Formats: sequence, structure tokens, C-alpha cells
Amino acid sequence: MRLEAIENPTLARSLGLPVLALVATFMVGGFLAMLAGANPLLTFGLIVKGAVGSKFALLETLNRATPLIFTGLAVAVAFRAKLWNIGAEAQLYAGALVTILIGTKLALPGPLLIPLMGIGAMIAGGVVLLGPVLLKTRLGVDEVVTTLLFNFIMLLLISMLLEGPLKDPMGMGWPKSEAIPRNARLPRLVEGLRLHWGFGIAILSAVVVWVVQTRTTLGYEIRAVGLNAEAARFAGIPVGAVMVKTALLSGGLAALAGYSEVAGLKGNLTLDLSPGFGYTGIVVAMLALLNPLGVIVSAIFVAGIFVGADGMSRAAEVPTYIADILLACALLFMVLAILLTKFRVRKG
Amino acid sequence: MTSETAAQGDPVLRLSGITKRFGALVANDGISFDLARGEVIALLGENGAGKTTLMNILFGHYSADAGSVEVFGQTLPPGQPGAALKAGVGMVHQHFTLADNMSVMDNILLGTEPLWRLGLGRRAARARVAALSRDFGLEVDPDETIAALSVGERQRVEILKALYRDAKILILDEPTAVLTPQETNALFLTLRKAVALGLSVIFISHKLHEVMAISSRVLVLRHGRLAGSVVAAETDRQKLAELMVGAEITPPAPSKATPGAPLLVLDRVATEPQGQRPGLHDVSLSLRAGQITGLAGVSGNGQGALADLLSGLALPTEGSLEIVGERVTGWSPRAAIAAGIGRIPEDRHRTGTIADFTLTENAILETYAQAPASRRGWMDWRAARERAEDIIAQYDVRCPGPQTRIRLLSGGNMQKLILGRVLQGNPRVIIANQPVRGLDIGAVTYVQNQLIKARDAGAAVLLISEDLDEILTLSDVIHVISEGRLSRGFPRGTMKPADLGQWMAGQGFDHAA
Repeated sequence: MRLEAIENPTLARSLGLPVLALVATFMVGGFLAMLAGANPLLTFGLIVKGAVGSKFALLETLNRATPLIFTGLAVAVAFRAKLWNIGAEAQLYAGALVTILIGTKLALPGPLLIPLMGIGAMIAGGVVLLGPVLLKTRLGVDEVVTTLLFNFIMLLLISMLLEGPLKDPMGMGWPKSEAIPRNARLPRLVEGLRLHWGFGIAILSAVVVWVVQTRTTLGYEIRAVGLNAEAARFAGIPVGAVMVKTALLSGGLAALAGYSEVAGLKGNLTLDLSPGFGYTGIVVAMLALLNPLGVIVSAIFVAGIFVGADGMSRAAEVPTYIADILLACALLFMVLAILLTKFRVRKG
Repeated sequence: MTSETAAQGDPVLRLSGITKRFGALVANDGISFDLARGEVIALLGENGAGKTTLMNILFGHYSADAGSVEVFGQTLPPGQPGAALKAGVGMVHQHFTLADNMSVMDNILLGTEPLWRLGLGRRAARARVAALSRDFGLEVDPDETIAALSVGERQRVEILKALYRDAKILILDEPTAVLTPQETNALFLTLRKAVALGLSVIFISHKLHEVMAISSRVLVLRHGRLAGSVVAAETDRQKLAELMVGAEITPPAPSKATPGAPLLVLDRVATEPQGQRPGLHDVSLSLRAGQITGLAGVSGNGQGALADLLSGLALPTEGSLEIVGERVTGWSPRAAIAAGIGRIPEDRHRTGTIADFTLTENAILETYAQAPASRRGWMDWRAARERAEDIIAQYDVRCPGPQTRIRLLSGGNMQKLILGRVLQGNPRVIIANQPVRGLDIGAVTYVQNQLIKARDAGAAVLLISEDLDEILTLSDVIHVISEGRLSRGFPRGTMKPADLGQWMAGQGFDHAA
């Protein structure tokens, strides 16, 4: 068996195959639901209802999508430059940490704290990614390993801080930080519901990233370095500097996920701030084919499955793990579908 | 030894109606020919004419869509390299398939020894290799590791490998591309001995004079079809070239140069070696305006180091680099471009272009950071597109349009885009590293004429090539590079190919200096 490139895939092929991938995903999911003793169609109905079936459900899905848009963008930006940032989780926590530090330690008015926490978080996230990138450009150390390991370093560091200097004295002994003041929180987008301005910032960020990638010299440089670093270097593109800029952008975006979760939703810092948003960001970015506007759609899709599965699980008694399986299948089938829009399989 | 007498018996190899398609592309279209015992056939054709595909089918790497391969009257099962080997077909690839860390003997025996007898029968094997070496004039030390051998010696090991496996038909794919003229002569001697001993040879090349020198019959492939089969003694290079291209061609004939002031001067420069590639030692070179300076040499003797240095990718560790009288300090690709150096890199796929970028994006690769392609960090895609359209029109780049990804272009059109990108900057100095390698003859002539035109307009051109013919035709002054050392310059017409060959082999350099 071998693959043969298709230069101009037909519309039917480029649209039909991703749809087929989704169908295949739900067939696998349906089979598993049957194994759990539930009616597959009912199960999916409940997932959809749980995700978008009411105003509350829809807003909850968008709420869950917010950090995923940020981490998805972070991954998409980095992967474009072939910078394999697996450490969005660490950058997210770095952003959350700085948000808490600024929000609780600086006695400033709320309207000043809100942007200040955001900027501080972005810098922190960028700096966290800078180390692995400099190791890569200077010494050739594989950033997959270093960024991945940084996730654990950051989590353990925060754990130490939450048990020590940052521990909330009024926290009944729980490892959590003090909360930032009410007036330093991101305002609600919809009164009375949990959706906050972090979602707006996320959409805005996606648009900004899209503009940077398609309209600026930096975007051109990032794409050139990602597609062929050797040719980029020969043409005079400063590859090392582009990598550093990419790292600052990517780390900063991931950190905004931590900022928006703390300042928009939780108010304080705990060790369960992120149920793996950093890692899920990779799935989000891949499903979006690294397109920043596509990240919005895929983040909402992924969030919908998680939120929907929560609701479904309560009603149909199918474990929520089915959400993880659905996502994993969606990713695998989608990657296969994308491969098949670009290549044809031939025998011999 | 001549085909007339030898061709009388049954053919040792018969290809009948070989057809192979890759998608819409017909790589081989109904190709049939016979190879007689003791015959040397040359397979001639431009890049993409289907030579390699045909040989891969013959050797069983691909299976043909139609047609059959017969060796000594037996039809080979398609798609089985093992069957071809067993039937007595040996292939020497352009890129050698040797294990660098093992000895010559180990490489020859690799894959021929049954597992349960490892280590036994070595004496007999040694004696056989020694006998083959003697009979075919393939001198090489059997205990030396491959890594310590020269390219010419490695090729001898490859041939020995095939002979040891009882090959009666030898296929050599572009065997002279990496050899000095002297080594080429030695190879030809070996091939003549092989033929005298009853072997048959298929010699793949695009170098016309070699094809004329070694083969009795020349098969010309064009666009996957057999365009002609001619007896070597009854044809000439011009006719072969025209058969290959399918049109009349006029080779470039530069007028006499009028050299001006030196624009780029290297004074006793040394650079660090990079991995397997040697660095430069004590290299002094002066590139003058209005002159093409040719750099001859066997591949991997420091051409890369010199090109990297002049392109801004490497810094000298000793000595100085001056451009128009000014000593260069901060050196980078961008500084080189700013200093008016136009660079045509050796590898247009890996270094010269970004395959998944469009022509527009590739056209501005060196100038994207300045107006008109961008202003204050914002791209002006319309201006970039106009620039690409200019290059496409001026330099005859055949393509569907500026928004096409450049990977879809042929090598020649890709090179024309690079050439246009370089020449539009009106460079004072042009570093052309293998500018026509792998191009079809039409594109070769075009690129060479453009370089001559740039010379006549006052540019200093450095032409780096492994093709001695090209160097001799185009250069006003020739330097030879060997193991990172540079010979003095020889003016046009003062050196014969054989003399240059001596220099290319490293003779004549003053070791004491």
C-alpha cells in the first residue's frame, strides 16, 4: 500500500470525509453506550441536549470553551512554527499564579487590576515557554520533553505555594489561595449566568492571531520557519528570534486561559483549576487544522461534548468517560479524514 | 566487444512494452529494448524522462502496469528485487547503499551468507573478492572501513558487491556524477574489462560525451517514451542532445569578458569543517566585476563551505572577507543580501524555496521585510503578488499562476523563480551553486544565458559546478577546489580537462604552504 498525493481534492472529498469522520466517531460512541446498557440514540440526544439544549446549557458550553480557545490558540500558534509546545498546562498555571499574585497583593482599583493581571499573566506564560525554546535554539534540546516536564514542575510549585505562603488563612485548611477582590473580576457577559468577558477576550484573541498570521511579517516569518527552517535561514529570516517571538505569543495565550479562569470564574487558585485544558488544547488545535478561527469552532465542539456528557451521564447512567473516548475518536478519525483528502490510497 | 558481433546470440535482457503510470503521469510508455551479451547500452534522458522508473521496474522495486522483463529468457516476477538479483542483475545506485562503519569485506558479504554459517567460508570469499578485484581492475583494500574510503573507492565496492553476487548484467545509475575525470576513466576501464568477460552493462547518464565514450548503443528517453535508439559510433553529441530535448538547441557561447574591479575579495580565509564537510584552508579569491569565475572540484571538497561563507551562513575563523573594498564584520544572510550578493543555493528544494509556499510567498522570501512587500510589519500582499507576476513574466516561469504552491513546479521553473528573485535585486555579486543541476537542457541554456547576461551587465559571478563541461564553457577564470584548498586562477583556454582533473584529484597544491 502506498499514498498518492491529490493536488486538488474535490469539494465532496474535502467536506464529505470530515463528516464521515464524525459519523464514525458517533458510531464508536454509540457502540460503547450500548455496552453500558443505554440506547445510543438516546445517549447522543442527551449529550446534545446537555450541551446546547437550553440557554443555561449553551452558556455553560461556551464557558467551558473559553480556556480551550486560549490553549488551542497557544498550541496552534506554536505548532505553525513547528514549535511543539506540549506545556500549555504549565503556562496556564503560570498565568493563573501571576493573576492571583497581582490581584491579591497589589491594593489597586479593580479597573486597573483587570488589565494588569492579564498583562502580567501573558508575560509569565511567555517566560515559562522561553526557557525550553532557548534550550532548543541554543543547545538543540527537544522541546517536547522540556515543555512536557515543565507541566509537572509548575503544578508542584503551585502545590507548594498553596500549602505555604499563598495559603488562604480563612480557607479551612484547604490548599487554596485567597480570592481576588470582587471588583477585580471579569464582568459577566450575561447577567445572572456564569459566562464572563473571558469568552469575549478569547474570541478577540483568535481574531488577532488570525490577523497576525495572515497579514503581518511576523506571521509570514512564523509560517516560513515552520514549513522550512533551512530555507528561512538562508533567505535571511532570523529563525531564533522568530522562535522566541512565537514562544512569547504561544505562552502568553495559554496563560490567558489561567487568567480568565481565575479572574472570570473561580476567583482563587486551586490545584484543580484546570482539568487538563493545556492538553485538550492540543486536540482543539489539531481538530481546527491549526487555523485560529477554526479553534473557536473546535473548542466549542470539544467543550460541548464534555458538558453534554456530564448531563447525559446523570440521566442515562453512562459514565462520563465516554466524552474522552468520543474526543479521542473524533481526533483520530479527523486526522485520518484530513490525510485522505490530501492522499489517495493505492495498492502496490 | 562491439555490439554487432555480440548481439548475434539471444539477448540477455529483454524489456517488452513496459508501461508505468503514477496517477495521471505516464512515467514509462511502452518501452521495449534488448540487451545483448557483452554490450554496453547507454540510457540517456533528461530529468523526469523516466530513466530511473524504468530501472526500478527492471530491478523489481516497482511493478509495471504493463509489459514484461525477461532475463536470460526467463520472465521475472514483477515487484521482487530478490528475483532480479538472483537472475543476475546487479544495480549500482547513484547514492551508495553501503554500511559506513563496516569493512569492505563485510559490505560485500552482507546478505550473501546463510545465518548458520556466519564466519565460515571467509577465506574462500576473500579469495573470490581478490580475484574479482584483479580481473576487473577494482582495486580496494578489503579490510578498510567504508568511512575511510574515497567516493571512487566506494563505487568500486558497490560494483564488487554486484559482481560477487554473480551479476551478469550491471546497471549503473549516473555513476560518474561523483567522480573526477581520472576516476571516470578508471571506471570505464573496469566496464570494458567486464564487457570483455561477457557481462552486459546499462549505463544511465545525461553526460553526452561519456555516453559516447563508453556505449555501443544509445537509447534516448523523452517524456517516458523511447525517442530513439542510435549506434554511438554513428551519431554526435549535438544529435543526441536534440533527440533528448526533441528540439534544436544552441549551447551558450559567452563573448570575451571585460573584467573590472574586484568586488568581493577573500584573503587567506579559513572556516570550520561542518560534520562530514571539510572547511576552507587558506583560501584567497577575488571575484571581479564583469567576469564569471568558475569553481571546479569533486563534490564535497569545500564548495559547500565556500558557498555558505559567501551566502552569509558561515563566518571565517581566519582571514578576511572584503566587499567592494570594505571589510565585512557583522555577517549574516541578511547582511549578504544587503551587500548586494545574489545567492542561488545548491538545493533549490530544501534551501532555495519553501515547497508549500506559493510563488508569491517564495518570490518575496528575501525581501519580505522591506517595502513594497511590507510596511511597518504589515504585509502588502498585492505588492508581493505583483512582484511575483513580474518575475513570472520576465523570467519565463511556466506556472498556473502566482498563487500556486511552488512544489507543483518543475525544477527548471523553480530555478527560474529563484534566478528572477536574485536578479531583480540587481546584485553586484552572484553566487551560483550548481545552478543547472538536474534541469532539462532548455532550462540549462536559459539559466546559463542569464548568468552571462548578468556578467555582461557588470556583475561578478561565481559559478560552482561539478560539471567540468559547464565550467569550461562559461568561466572566464577557473579555480579548482580540493579538500578545502583553492588553486590559483587559470584564465579561459589555458587548461585542458585532464589538467583540471589532476588538480581536482588534489595534485599540484602546495602542501608546504
